[in-house]
This record gives sequence, C-alpha cells and structure tokens, in this order.
Amino acid sequence: MRVRNRNNVVVTGRQGGPTVVLAHGFGCDQQMWRHVVAEIGQWAQLVLFDHVGSGKADPAAWDADRYASLDGYADDVLSICQDLDLQQPVFVGHSVSSSIGVLAANREPDRFSALVLVTPSPCYIDDENYRGGFTRDDIDDLLGSLESNYLGWSSSMAPLIMGNPERPELGEELTASFCRTDPAMAQVFARATFLSDNRADLAAVSVPTLILQCAQDAIAPPEVGAFVHAQIAGSRLVTLDATGHCPQLSAPEATAAAITSFCRAAYR
Amino acid sequence: MTATSGHDPRGQGSGDDRSAQPSEAGFPALLEDDLEDLYENAPCGHLSTLLDGTIAKINGTLLTWLGYRREELVGQRRFSDLLTGGGRIYHETHFAPILAMQGEIGGVSLELRTKDGTRMPVLVTSIVKAGSEGQPQLIRTAIFDAKMRRAYERELLDARKAAEREDERLRHLVGKLQRSLLPAVLQTPPGLDSAAYYRAASTDHVGGDFYDLFPLVDGRWGFFLGDVSGKGVEAAAVTALARYTLRAATVYDPDPAAALHNLNTVLWQEYREDARYCTVVFGILTPTTAVGGFTAIIASGGHPEPLLLRADGSIHYHPTKGRIVGAFPDSRYTNTTVVVNPGDTFLLYSDGLTEARPVGSETADGRYGAPALARFARSLAPTTAAAAVTAVTALLDTFGAGLTDDTAVLAIGAPPHRA
Repeated sequence: MRVRNRNNVVVTGRQGGPTVVLAHGFGCDQQMWRHVVAEIGQWAQLVLFDHVGSGKADPAAWDADRYASLDGYADDVLSICQDLDLQQPVFVGHSVSSSIGVLAANREPDRFSALVLVTPSPCYIDDENYRGGFTRDDIDDLLGSLESNYLGWSSSMAPLIMGNPERPELGEELTASFCRTDPAMAQVFARATFLSDNRADLAAVSVPTLILQCAQDAIAPPEVGAFVHAQIAGSRLVTLDATGHCPQLSAPEATAAAITSFCRAAYR
Repeated sequence: MTATSGHDPRGQGSGDDRSAQPSEAGFPALLEDDLEDLYENAPCGHLSTLLDGTIAKINGTLLTWLGYRREELVGQRRFSDLLTGGGRIYHETHFAPILAMQGEIGGVSLELRTKDGTRMPVLVTSIVKAGSEGQPQLIRTAIFDAKMRRAYERELLDARKAAEREDERLRHLVGKLQRSLLPAVLQTPPGLDSAAYYRAASTDHVGGDFYDLFPLVDGRWGFFLGDVSGKGVEAAAVTALARYTLRAATVYDPDPAAALHNLNTVLWQEYREDARYCTVVFGILTPTTAVGGFTAIIASGGHPEPLLLRADGSIHYHPTKGRIVGAFPDSRYTNTTVVVNPGDTFLLYSDGLTEARPVGSETADGRYGAPALARFARSLAPTTAAAAVTAVTALLDTFGAGLTDDTAVLAIGAPPHRA
C-alpha cells in the first residue's frame, strides 16, 4: 500500500487483460492519458500513476536527492511493478518517462514485455553531430524561468483550483491537481529531465520497442525519434500526423490505435 | 452601437434625445474607435492561432513589439516559435496540455523573443474558441507587456532570498550562542552515569534553560539545571550570568544554599528593574565509592522538584523549597540531602516538560503536569540515566506543537550492583 499511495497508483481498464503501464512526463500527471484510457482500457488492464513530485503523489515521499536523477524515478517504476505483482506489462512512457522506462527495462530485462516510447528524447541538448533541439542556454533559461516564474505561475494556477463552471465534467479535484506541481519539485524534475543524457542506454534495450513521434514536435523533433529508432535494434518507428509534444492530447485516437496495434502484435 | 434602452444603467437615452443625455455622440473621439482599429492597436497583443499553433491572425501592437512584418508570421510560424527556448519547453509541457484539457489558461508568465533577439516579458492568456457544434476551432491569445511586473517580481524574489539569508544567519548565531551556554560534552563522574537533553522551542530564539555537571577539585561534582524567565538575547545574558555565577561560587564555597543566595543577590542587583529571574536546582554530589552511588546536597530556587527513580521501581519527587532566584532581595535557601544508591536515577528537568500542552491531554488545564510525569517515571523505573533521557526525548516528540517552551533534562544515575 505504501507504494500505491506514494505514486497515487490507479488501476483501471479490462480486468484480466494484458497489463499496460502508462507513465506521464515532465509537467503534468496521469491525467495526461485521460483521452486514451477508454480506448486502450477496452482490451488492457491499465496501471496509471503520478511520479513523486507531480500530481497527487504523496508529497511526503519527496526526496530532492533521490529524484535528482532519472534512476530515482526508474526505481519507483520497478517498485510499482513489484508491489502490484505485474506480469510482463507493456510500459508506455511519455516524453522523459521514455528514458525512465529504458532505464527500468535495462535494469530488469525480464520485467517488461515491450516498451512504447511516446515522443522520446534521450538527450535534449545538442552535442556535436547529435541534434537534441536545445542548447544548454535554452535549458538554463527554462530552469531559471521555473525559478523566477514562481510568483506568476502560482497565482495563475489559482483559477484552476476554483474549478471551471462551464465544464463541470472536469471536476474540481481534477482541475486542482492537473499540471499543478510544487515549483521546487518541478525544478528538480526539470533538471533531471533536461540535463540527462541517456543515449548510451538505448543500445542495451532488449525488449520489443515502439517509438511514437509527432510530425511536428517542438521538444522532440523527428531527427531525435529517428536517432532512438536507429539505436534500439529491432524497434518500430511510427510518425503520427500530429502536432505538439503530447499526441495523447492532440491526436488521442491515432495514439491509442498505434499503441493497441503494436501491443496486439507483441502479445500474439 | 447606439444605445436603445431607456433602462441603460449609465443613463444613455434613446436616439431621440441625444442632446439631453450623454451618449457616444457626446464623445466625438469615439467615432474614430472602430472595432478594426480597436483590435489592431489595442493596448495588448492579440493573436489567433490554429489548434496546432500556426499563427492565423496577429494585431499591429504585437507585430510592433516583436519587430516582424505580418507576412513573416501569418501561416509561417507557430506561437511557440515566438518564445525563448525555455519558454518553448514550458509551453509544450504545461501551457498547451492545460489549454487542451481545460479550454483556457490565464496569466501565464512567459518571454517573447523579438526579431532582433531581445527578450520581452509578457503575461499570456489563451482560450480555445469552439465552433457552433462545440468542436475546438482556434486559439485566441491575449498578450500583455509585463516588463514592469517582471522587474517587480524580481525585486520580490531578491528580497525573499535576502530574507532567507538573514534568517539562516540568525539561526546560525542563535545555535552558536545556545551551544556556548550548554556544556559541549557532558562529563560524567567516575563510576556514575549521566545524560542530558536540551530542546529549544524555537530555532529563532536562544532558549532560557541551562544545565551543567562539572568536577570540583576535591572529587566532588557540581550540577545544576535552571530556567531563566523570558527568551531571546536578554534571557541569554541572564543565563550566562547565572551559569558562571554558580560555577564560580562553587570554587570558594561548595555549598548549594550559599551559591543560590549568592546568585539571588547578583540577579537582584543586576536585573530587578527588568524583572529578570530564574528557577534552578543546584547540587554538589559526593560519590560513595564503597557503595557505588552518591550523596547529593541540593538547594532549589522555585524549580520543579527533581525525581528519584529507585532501583526497586518506586519513584518519588524530592521535596525542595526556596523562592525564585532574583525575584526578592532577601531570599534564603536550604540544603536537603538525597541519597542515590546503585540502580537509582536522579532526574532534573525544566517546566517545559510539565507545562507542555500535549494534544489530547486530560488534565483540567491541558498541561502535561507533575502527576502524569510521575506515572511516566514509574513506567521507566528502574532505569539508567541514558535510558531515562532517551525516554523523555521520545515523550517530548509525542507532544508535537504542544511543546511551547524550551525543555532541559539532566539525569545522573548510579549503575546497578554488578552480579
């Protein structure tokens, strides 16, 4: 129960179906998946969770040292699988959770039956011939703005706490937690996310892997998806006709369909 | 835009009596303010984008701020292209998802990158405009110049950082001063046990409790535990005075009652105007080497009675009397004797312990109180100095926010007979 509370673990979808773990990226929480949950949940049991420091994860579990590196988050993923005794689940990781999934899968190669990396980037910063899409200055700019936005950002989130009378289906609880993170924790997570270089970990991936990228993505450009595809032997690359970094929001049907058809193949 | 209702709260009349009632015609300047002009030259930037962020419409104000021509942006660039690198990530990871989920997002602080590369702090508000059937069509964004506000925020942030630094410095000073008033390492008389614990109610103030255990030249040991009225720097000055007066007194006259009398005189002379005084138990102990315990001569000035936890499991408060030290000019103090045998533990404490207000206290005044402490001591006895202090420390932990005053504990015990 400790792990379930720590990561606000939610199990939904089809009982007895194959298990799919959905991991959100930097910025929001498990609500990111809400437009694809119904579709994938028709055939799979879904395990959703919030990374510590995000959403409704237990704030008391926060440890600035543990979560300063992606290994801390990967440890949590493995402990969730252990705690729920998940049998060979598919791990679907969005954005930085792609790297977290790669780290977890490499540490316990028999744990997952497959990986789905949604808009992954193993390294956000340009490096010689590698184009991550950002300079070190851009990342420093983000980290600085996370700090200086402290005042503006927290006050701008206030209306969300009060709820949205025009759209009651969103519910007060949801609006209060969605994308609402403690600025200090967000900074640590941002540092771990955008300063990590996990390019060398890709070659060690030994499970079937699907890479889902968007045709237009300001954070993970197509070259990065191609790089990940080239590094992971036998991986599949699917480019969605979608814009932005979050295809599960901008193109939920296509995203769910791509995940479903890949998993169907993996389970056959 | 002619007002047609006679019930207009601003009193605008119908078209017939414009001359009598104020109306738009009364403000000829408004004739120049058509909607197109209002959009183009609004005091804020306006931007409409497709759902994928592609810029579809932009007003003149924003173009001027950015330094671009309209054709360089419309149909060519996305909103996130106008942001700084960090802002772009922020937009993709926070702004766009929230907008997609909630349909609106307001007052987000971002920075635009203008054509010449300079940065412009702005506040951004966006809403998703839905079509007639509720399907999202485009995103309308209003952008406000936030240069002044950002400068102000930075000042607030700097002020907060400065305050945090000052706070840190203060805590450091308080900690240092506090440590200087307590023994760095508690010494233990040969053949006996000792342990002490101090908990300041706040890290912002120097606490007013003090204790010590120290050897005299002739094999005897002095010890005291006291509590100065008040907190902070003034209390610390009295604490220092009390502590060194007592230690100095033992050098030429190791008699507890005389030492307290001496301290009373000093405090009365020095602080009667400020009503500064203290309560203290002061003792001189002589190890009874043959038996393995000690005998202590004790005097108390208005301090809670120490506890003796016996080897046989019984406990009792050691009765003392004597007025608060420094409160009256002519207070007299009397010595009493306590005999501590092997297996006994002698426990001194300050009233932070008995005056605490634990959550769920069942006493009439909500205080922990001497009877509860006696029951607690009975559950411990027989014990050792270290175990008693550990147990009291754990007890204090359970008080939580109910612990409002500084608390000091000093235990001196005689080890049980070896078998």
